[in-house]
Amino acid sequence: MDITILVISAIKVVVIFGAVFVCVPLMTWIERRGAGLMQLRLGPSRLGPLGLFQPIADGIKFLFKEDREPAHVEKFFYFIAPLVCFIAAALTFAVIPVAAPVNIAGRTISFQIADLNVGILYILAISSVGLYGIVMAGWSSNNKYAMIGALRSSAQMISYEIALGLSVIGVVMVFSSVVSSEIIAAQAGTLFSAGPFNFPRWGVFLQPIGFLIFVVAMFAETNRLPFDLPEGESEIVAGYHIEYGGLKWSMFFVAEYTSMISFSALAVTLFFGGWQLFPGMGRLVALAPGMWGAALLVVLQILSFTIKTAFFMWFFVWVRWTLPRFRYDQLMALGWKVLMPLAALNIAGTLVLIRTGVL
Amino acid sequence: MATRTRRVGPRKSLFHSIYIVDSFKGLWITMKYLLFRKKVTIRYPEERRQYSARFRGLHYIKTTNGVENCTACMLCPTVCPADCIHIEAGERADKEKYPVRFDIDIMRCCFCGMCEEACPKDAIKLSGVYDMSAAKRTVYDKEFLLVQRGNK
Ligand code: SF4
Ligand code: SF4
Repeated sequence: MDITILVISAIKVVVIFGAVFVCVPLMTWIERRGAGLMQLRLGPSRLGPLGLFQPIADGIKFLFKEDREPAHVEKFFYFIAPLVCFIAAALTFAVIPVAAPVNIAGRTISFQIADLNVGILYILAISSVGLYGIVMAGWSSNNKYAMIGALRSSAQMISYEIALGLSVIGVVMVFSSVVSSEIIAAQAGTLFSAGPFNFPRWGVFLQPIGFLIFVVAMFAETNRLPFDLPEGESEIVAGYHIEYGGLKWSMFFVAEYTSMISFSALAVTLFFGGWQLFPGMGRLVALAPGMWGAALLVVLQILSFTIKTAFFMWFFVWVRWTLPRFRYDQLMALGWKVLMPLAALNIAGTLVLIRTGVL
Repeated sequence: MATRTRRVGPRKSLFHSIYIVDSFKGLWITMKYLLFRKKVTIRYPEERRQYSARFRGLHYIKTTNGVENCTACMLCPTVCPADCIHIEAGERADKEKYPVRFDIDIMRCCFCGMCEEACPKDAIKLSGVYDMSAAKRTVYDKEFLLVQRGNK
C-alpha cells in the first residue's frame, strides 16, 4: 500500500477520534449545566470559566480512584466488558463523513475514516456490538441487579433495533444507496421552495415518519432516558455497571456519551444532509476567490456538520431532563406495537411513492 | 342483576400511546425553565440567605464600654437544657461579680435560646452566624465569645 495513504488515514483517525473524545467531556459539562438550569439550579459553575474545567477535575478523580475488583466477578469478562462497550461506541464514527471529499495534488481526500460500501449496515452492526459489552458486564458481575439490567438492555436493544433498521431502510430506498457519503451527496439541492425559503432535499423532509421512528429508537439504542431501563437507578440501582468503579466505570460512561455522539452524527447523516451547508451558506463561499473558496467550503461544511450534530446532542440532554423513565411493558409495547408497524407502513408508503414517481 | 365491570385507569387512545404531543409539551416546559425562570441557587460563601433577626446561631456576649455585661448570675447555666455553659465566677476590684471563665461547649448546645431569654443583663445573645463546623470538638471560651459579634 502507498505510504501516503497510510499516513493520511492515520491523521484522519487521530483527528476525528480526537475530536470525538474532546466532545465527551464537553458533553458531560453541557449535560450537567443543562440539567441544572432546567431544574432552576446553576450546575457546576466554580471551576474555570462557567465551570468548564469541571470535566477535567472529574477525569483526574477517576484516574486516581482505586481500581477495585470485587471477589465474586468473572475476571476476564469483567475486564473486557467496558472496553467492548467503549470500542463499539467509538467505531461507529468511522464511516461518518464530516465534509465533502477534496482534491489535493491529484489525490482525492475524503473527510471520513473509512468510506465503506456498506456504510449504514456497518453502523447498524457495530452499534449492536455494544450490547455484548453490557451483557458481559451484567453476566460477569455475578449480581442480580446487574443481571436484570443486562437482560433488559438486550431485550430493549433487540426490539428497537428492528424499528431502527426499518426506519433506515426508508432512507436507503429514497436515496438508493447504503454508502454514507453517497447518501449525503444525494441530499444536495432544493426539494421545494416556498417563497423566500428553500427547503433542502434532506432526509427529514422526504422521510418525516422515518425520522420520528429513528429518533425514538436512537434513544433506546443509546440507553438514554426515557429508555434507560438497563440502568434504572431507582429500581435496579445502577443496572449493569453496579459492580464497576473508578476508571472501568468511567469507561462505560464515556461509551455512553460516545455512542450519543455517534448516533447524533448518524441522524445528521441520514436525515439532515450531513455536511451539506445550511441554506444561504453557499453564497458565502462564492465570495471567496480560488483556493480560499475551497478551503472556506470545507470549513463551512465541517461547521454545518458540527452544528447539526451539536443540536442532536443537546436534544439528548434536553429529553433526558424532560421525560420520566418508561415502564418496561410500556417500552416494549411502544417498540413492538407502535414503532414497528409504523416503520413497516412507512416503508410501504415510500415504496408506493417511489413507484409512482413522486420521490 | 348482572354486574357490570369497568376498567379503571388512564384512557388509552392510539394518540396518547404514541406520546408525541405530550413529549413536546414537556420539552417546551423544560426549555421555558432553562431560559426564563429565575434560578434559585445561592452561591454559598459569597451569597447568603437572609435569615430573620430571630435566628438562633452562634452565641456572643454583649459588652458595654469594653466590659462584658455578664455578672455571673448563673441563670443561663441553670436554665440550659443541654448543660453546656460553664461559668467560674470571680470578683473584680470594684466588688463587681464577673465571669472568670465562660465556656460554651458548642457541641452540646441545641440552640434553644433559653440562655438568651433567661439572662437578666442581656449579656448572652445568639447571633445569626450558622457556619461553625469544625474539625475538632469546639469549646468557645470567653475571649472568643466577646469578640465574635456575629452579624448583629
Ligand atoms: S442555646 Fe440552649 S442549649 Fe445552647 S447554651 Fe443556650 S440554653 Fe444552652
Ligand atoms: S444569665 Fe446572663 S448575666 Fe447571668 S451568667 Fe448567664 S450570661 Fe451572665
